[in-house]
Amino acid sequence: MTAYQQPLPPAAELEDSVLLQMYYQMLRARRLDERMWVLHRQGKVAFHISGIGQEGTQIGAAFALRKGYDWVYPYYRDISLVLTLGMTPRMLMLGLFGKKEAVSSGGRQMPEHFSYRPSKLVTISSPVGTQIAQAPGTAFASKIKGSDEVTVVCFGEGTTSQGDFHEGLNWASIHKLPVIFLCQNNQYAISEPMSVEMAVKSVADRAKGYNMVGVKVDGNDVLAVYDVMREAVARARKGEGPTLVEGFTYRPVPHSSDDDDRTYRSREEVESWKKKDPILRFEKLLYERKLLDDAKKTEIEAGIMDEVNDATDYAMRAPYPAAEECLYPVYGPLP
Amino acid sequence: MFMQNNQVNDENMREISFAEAIREALAEEMRRDPTVYIMGEDVAEAGTPFKVLLGLVDEFGTERVVDTPISEAGFSAIGVGSAMTGMRPVIDIMFGDFLPLAMEQIVNRAAKIHYMSGGKLRVPIVFRTTLGAGRRSAAQHSQSLHAWFSHIPGLKVAIPSTPYDAKGLWKTAIRDDSPVIFFEDKMMYSLKGLVPDEEYTIPFGLADIKRSGKDITLVATSSMVQVALDAAKKLEEIGLSAEVVDPRTTWPLDKKTLIASAKKTGRVIVIDEGYEQYGVTAELAAVIAEGAFYYLDAPVRRFGAMDVPVPFSPVLEDQTIPSAEQIVEAAKDLCAV
Repeated sequence: MTAYQQPLPPAAELEDSVLLQMYYQMLRARRLDERMWVLHRQGKVAFHISGIGQEGTQIGAAFALRKGYDWVYPYYRDISLVLTLGMTPRMLMLGLFGKKEAVSSGGRQMPEHFSYRPSKLVTISSPVGTQIAQAPGTAFASKIKGSDEVTVVCFGEGTTSQGDFHEGLNWASIHKLPVIFLCQNNQYAISEPMSVEMAVKSVADRAKGYNMVGVKVDGNDVLAVYDVMREAVARARKGEGPTLVEGFTYRPVPHSSDDDDRTYRSREEVESWKKKDPILRFEKLLYERKLLDDAKKTEIEAGIMDEVNDATDYAMRAPYPAAEECLYPVYGPLP
Repeated sequence: MFMQNNQVNDENMREISFAEAIREALAEEMRRDPTVYIMGEDVAEAGTPFKVLLGLVDEFGTERVVDTPISEAGFSAIGVGSAMTGMRPVIDIMFGDFLPLAMEQIVNRAAKIHYMSGGKLRVPIVFRTTLGAGRRSAAQHSQSLHAWFSHIPGLKVAIPSTPYDAKGLWKTAIRDDSPVIFFEDKMMYSLKGLVPDEEYTIPFGLADIKRSGKDITLVATSSMVQVALDAAKKLEEIGLSAEVVDPRTTWPLDKKTLIASAKKTGRVIVIDEGYEQYGVTAELAAVIAEGAFYYLDAPVRRFGAMDVPVPFSPVLEDQTIPSAEQIVEAAKDLCAV
């Protein structure tokens, strides 16, 4: 049995350097995501699905985990989460272009179906929600192995209408499995607002039906998410069972590069949420605490743009898979 | 009226897209029959991701163009339940790859209820969905899974290849008292074709000869019909006359037309975008071999999608779909030229 990890400090006691790391991770994911949109609009890549606006929830969650030790099922918007847990801008760009060197699948898989074995990131399925029932399976394995690793599974609120959500949460709670169900509630399932998706006001309310702890948190407040996740992780590590966490946020961009969100929501609504951007909010806090000023911010931005440019150039130059590789690897190796 | 072939001389024809033909068929049937309704994800304001249903909610309201939560198994069941009790639902499964989520309702329920109730209960439902690769959408947004449903007694499967066929088959699908799985090639929505102004339907189980020929038969379905027509054009340039036959429904299947064409030309290539292993091409080749064996000058050749999860990278994906060039080479080989 692995020794229980020391619980992480609460947000109020986090060191300045950690807070600045959080900021850097949020901003880097944002700038990389923005570049991906540009590349799509330039016709250089086929598809992009974005995590813009959800950095607060994802970074708050990522910092509550032990990188490379805990299992994570990221969903397709989790750019900030996977970058924080060990994937690099180059890796994501290679995936976006479908290049041979892309770590998730060598160009087989859609770009935002992240998987990366060293970071224990497990790929999702395009039919949403199947991972919600798989994650308790991973947590079940951890329990059998006697490991105190935890499993985090991410999904949007729209996905909670799928049967897998019910089956996964029910099972996890019966067996008190070390799994955290992280719902990133961005209020839209493609075009459908929450009122069309569910009759409850909050996804977290559904935890009651499974005798599970359910917590709704402001997903645009990175530190609030961190605190909620920190407690959920501690509970899971101690064998006290699963938690349903709902990070309430907003998707200020279309569902994907194929979507036009003007057909189903007003520009006023989108603009009002852009004012609540999680990065702007955290930046304000860092300015207030004198951890950040204009000069420092410019320096961080410049470093990030170097990384984004490097990743773009590298991925554009990288070779595609060879045509002959097409049938590899449909099956595993022979025994 | 029933029309078998595209009658391009008809003066009452207009040129519309594949998507418009589908939208027209649905709108006309919804006006004609108040029990017809559409249900699925993003069908209302968004008009589906491919915008095929755009505007229907404005005419018929959200009571008949119903947005559902993401819950394919659930709303398929709601469709089956309402169909048994007098409605004619069109259940929209956004991508054919999501059909596995609804499999219990389609295969074990919709397909079997009529038989299991001794004909007392009917399930006049249509599952509307897509097939086809080439859109850089990888393994779970690109599959052509129509073979699965063609395998199940109790289901009918429509796979149109032109705006004309799409409209006529859609109207038949809605009026049919049995469950129908309706596959639309997602790459074909902007394809234009002539469609008459007046009302028409196309019966299921009636193949269409898209092009007449005498040297070789190309049997092609859905997305592969344009590929076969392209190959036929190339073959003509080298003096080979290819006949292109489109079954239009994989079940019921117009065996007669396939066999007759095979007997006429003596050489056959079957092309379908489903996986090749155990696929639609295997069934069609077997039907032709059984029915026309003594008339064939060569074994039936078949082309399906490569037996691999559809890859994302363009270099890889393009190889997995049968091409006109491959068909031309195979045809030259069969005709020994």
